[in-house]
Amino acid sequence: MNKLSGTACDARQRGPRHSGGEAQEGPSHGARLGKWAGMLSLAAAMTGTLPAFGSGWDLLNMPRGVTNVSTRIYSLHMMAFWVCVVLAALVFGVMIWSLLFHRKSRGAVADVTMVHNTRVEIVWTTIPVLILVGMAIPAARLLVRINNNTDSELSIRVNGFQWGWQYQYLGTNVSIVSKLATSSDAASMLDSHINPRSVPHYLLDVDHPLVVPVGEKVRLLITSVDVIHSWWVPDLGVKRSAIPGFINEASFTIDPDKPGVYRGQCADLCGRGHAFMPIVVHAVSPAAFETWLKQQESAGKQVSSGEPAPPAAST
Amino acid sequence: MTESHETAVHAEHDHKPHGWRRWVFATNHKDIGTMYLIFSGVMFFLGGAAAMGIRAQLFKSGLELFDPAEFNQLLTMHALMMIFGAVMPAWVGLANWMIPLQIGAPDMALPRLNNLSFWILPFAGALLMSAFLVPGGAPAGGWTMYPPLMEQFGASFPMVIFAIHLLGISSILGAINVIVTIMNLRAPGMSLLRMPLFVWTWLITAFLLIAVMPVLAGAVTMLLTDHFFGTSFFNAAGGGDPVLFLHVFWFFGHPEVYILILPAFGVISEIIPTFSRKPLFGYEAMVYATASIAFLSFIVWGHHMFTVGMPVSAQLFFMLSTMLIAVPTGVKVFNWTATMWRGSLSFEPPMLFAVAFLFLFTIGGFSGLMLALVPSDYQYHGTYFVVAHFHYVLVPGAVFAIMGAVYYWLPKWSGRMYDMRLAKWHFWLSAIFVNVLFFPQHFLGLAGMPRRIADYAPQFTDWNMVSSIGGFVFGAAQLLFPYIVWRCVRSGKPVGANKPWEGARGLEWELPSPAPYHSWQEPPSEAVLAHGAEH
Ligand code: HEM
Ligand SMILES: [Cu+2]
Ligand SMILES: [Cu+2]
Repeated sequence: MNKLSGTACDARQRGPRHSGGEAQEGPSHGARLGKWAGMLSLAAAMTGTLPAFGSGWDLLNMPRGVTNVSTRIYSLHMMAFWVCVVLAALVFGVMIWSLLFHRKSRGAVADVTMVHNTRVEIVWTTIPVLILVGMAIPAARLLVRINNNTDSELSIRVNGFQWGWQYQYLGTNVSIVSKLATSSDAASMLDSHINPRSVPHYLLDVDHPLVVPVGEKVRLLITSVDVIHSWWVPDLGVKRSAIPGFINEASFTIDPDKPGVYRGQCADLCGRGHAFMPIVVHAVSPAAFETWLKQQESAGKQVSSGEPAPPAAST
Repeated sequence: MTESHETAVHAEHDHKPHGWRRWVFATNHKDIGTMYLIFSGVMFFLGGAAAMGIRAQLFKSGLELFDPAEFNQLLTMHALMMIFGAVMPAWVGLANWMIPLQIGAPDMALPRLNNLSFWILPFAGALLMSAFLVPGGAPAGGWTMYPPLMEQFGASFPMVIFAIHLLGISSILGAINVIVTIMNLRAPGMSLLRMPLFVWTWLITAFLLIAVMPVLAGAVTMLLTDHFFGTSFFNAAGGGDPVLFLHVFWFFGHPEVYILILPAFGVISEIIPTFSRKPLFGYEAMVYATASIAFLSFIVWGHHMFTVGMPVSAQLFFMLSTMLIAVPTGVKVFNWTATMWRGSLSFEPPMLFAVAFLFLFTIGGFSGLMLALVPSDYQYHGTYFVVAHFHYVLVPGAVFAIMGAVYYWLPKWSGRMYDMRLAKWHFWLSAIFVNVLFFPQHFLGLAGMPRRIADYAPQFTDWNMVSSIGGFVFGAAQLLFPYIVWRCVRSGKPVGANKPWEGARGLEWELPSPAPYHSWQEPPSEAVLAHGAEH
């Protein structure tokens, strides 16, 4: 495991999401969409209006993520997606059939006696109800599971502010202020003329990441010092609003075999810097985590001291 | 086509006031309807200009063009202009024009109130737009105006709140007028269950408006007093709760989205039977489905707030109630499909827009269903997936229905036919590029791009470029619309007949084209009513 300095993040360390994420997303689905994207980018390359095959065409779906919860959310999402695809195929199929074969220009004569049919209407009301119940049951189960925040092994207080995050490891004096990495910050200035592609993890990199152990249940106590923010890391399957004056709970357990760097962003509009307050989570082995935490504590120094910046006066 | 005796008489008495007085002192439902539609069109293009700015900024990764604060202003004003300035007034304009014609009434029941509810709008619109001009710029907290963020904006904050109050008053007055008209001025024999669906859906929409516009007014007034008079409704430091605002706002906000779409359901229920040459399938089921959607819309607001930390039981309730809304919505889609089934279809521009509505609104319904599942919504919320969802229901949904309605009834209003070839161009460009614009936003959201960000990580560039190109072409194509309408009104070929569409049913088609300035001075007889109901 990497020894973490707790400062700049190691650009070579990449989460599974950034290393062939699409390969994990179910062969049939990925292949289908991939082919379509391929065709589209081919068309684009031919017309010359778009850049040639880029890195983003294959970003089509939700990541599976690295926690039990995120994987189950992914499955629920795919289940709902396929239910919608099947229903759409049926409904659109009937519509298209009508559009093709019941045209006046083909000599179709309207059956004006067809005004209603109670039996059919009962059928197409009850069948959707049954399908919905079938979708609601797994969703409800997972919902209850996600909102169980008990038995955590580590609690971290997450404080959103304009614009960054402060993390406080409860029961220690370790507190981290995590802000947009300076490389991204510089490139994001109007008229910076820095190509964002030349900046590693442009807008998704911070100066001081959150460090957590894999395989342990981490509980977050999320709040804000100014306006509403939202702490979101897709790979962890966690999104919770950070609301001033109130504390929201969330928790995650990263699969023990998935250490890595996981990135996210604020998901609630919070003012001028909303696009510029990413979240970076370093997931390390419990042993490495203990070492890191001890270091931080015994050095007595906080990774970055001082209070979060006060809310800006306007805009 | 028989021209009824009554209408022939009206045409002779077709005197109208001249000059500016006709418009400023307007009490005629047709004049007021026209003014509403023009106002809506102007706001649609202003809101569209803001959208072009947004898509230009998001064309590629890296901040160019706008400062993030300016970007957030554009975003906020785009939504406010489109919702309150473009779509809602368009529906009121169509209600003004069509409800009296469709129920056999001589005018709206309260013509002076009608004048007031229209003339509030230009002032409210101007106040809203002038927010761009004051120090600090327009509000930039999103159309949802969540505190405490909303309170960080300067002089424009009270201006926008006052504009919302005005817009709300205008909507409430308009809604009262619609209800009173429908309840009292129906022609003898026009029982509730003989009313065209556009009238039905508007009646239900009007009740929604009266129920929720005051709630919005309350919410923004509390924001105002928190900011200026030291109250603490939403201020945690003073014992208040920011989440209370979310509850109040979405108690308004969810019915509001149905205010935007229910009249569209009505329009589609008029257009599809006409061009299928077949009565609407399941008329009564459509009425009951509309009513149940309206009722359910009051108990689903929590689906906008799944991540704010509501108790699990509340999240479960809102998930189930939201999923339930899909049932009557599905019934509507099935009924429209069944109306086309074994019909005799033709594809004039109104029908093209209606068919596109049918497909694309349904896609928005599917993403809505996915969003209703709370655990999945934890991942979708606050991302472009939500943006894709609501634009599918609002643009190829509500906006296409409005355009379809104009193409459907314009010959009745103006007595002239528009250039069908050009209108088909407008349709195909819109229908294709609306998908290029919004479909990739599903991918962006799922891949992790938050909504309302001024700049994004480079891996999102490709689909954003596609989306922006779609947006630019879609936007440019809309310029055809006012041109087509203008040309039609000025120099279109007179349609002559009462009915330009052979399959059309309803009282409006029993009137000559153009509809006389004063129509149904005498209520239509039962014979006219029955004739109107035939093909
Ligand atoms: C099958 C029916 C529908 C369902 C189940 C549904 C469900 C949802 C859900 C769950 C959300 C919240 C997403 C989030 O923020 O996490 C949402 C957002 C939204 N929906 Fe729908 N929806 C449906 C139909 C409609 C219709 C007909 C409209 C309007 C014409 C509409 C307009 C919107 C808008 C504007 C938002 C986003 C508001 C915002 O956050 O700015 N939806 N919908
Ligand atoms: Cu934010
Ligand atoms: Cu809603």
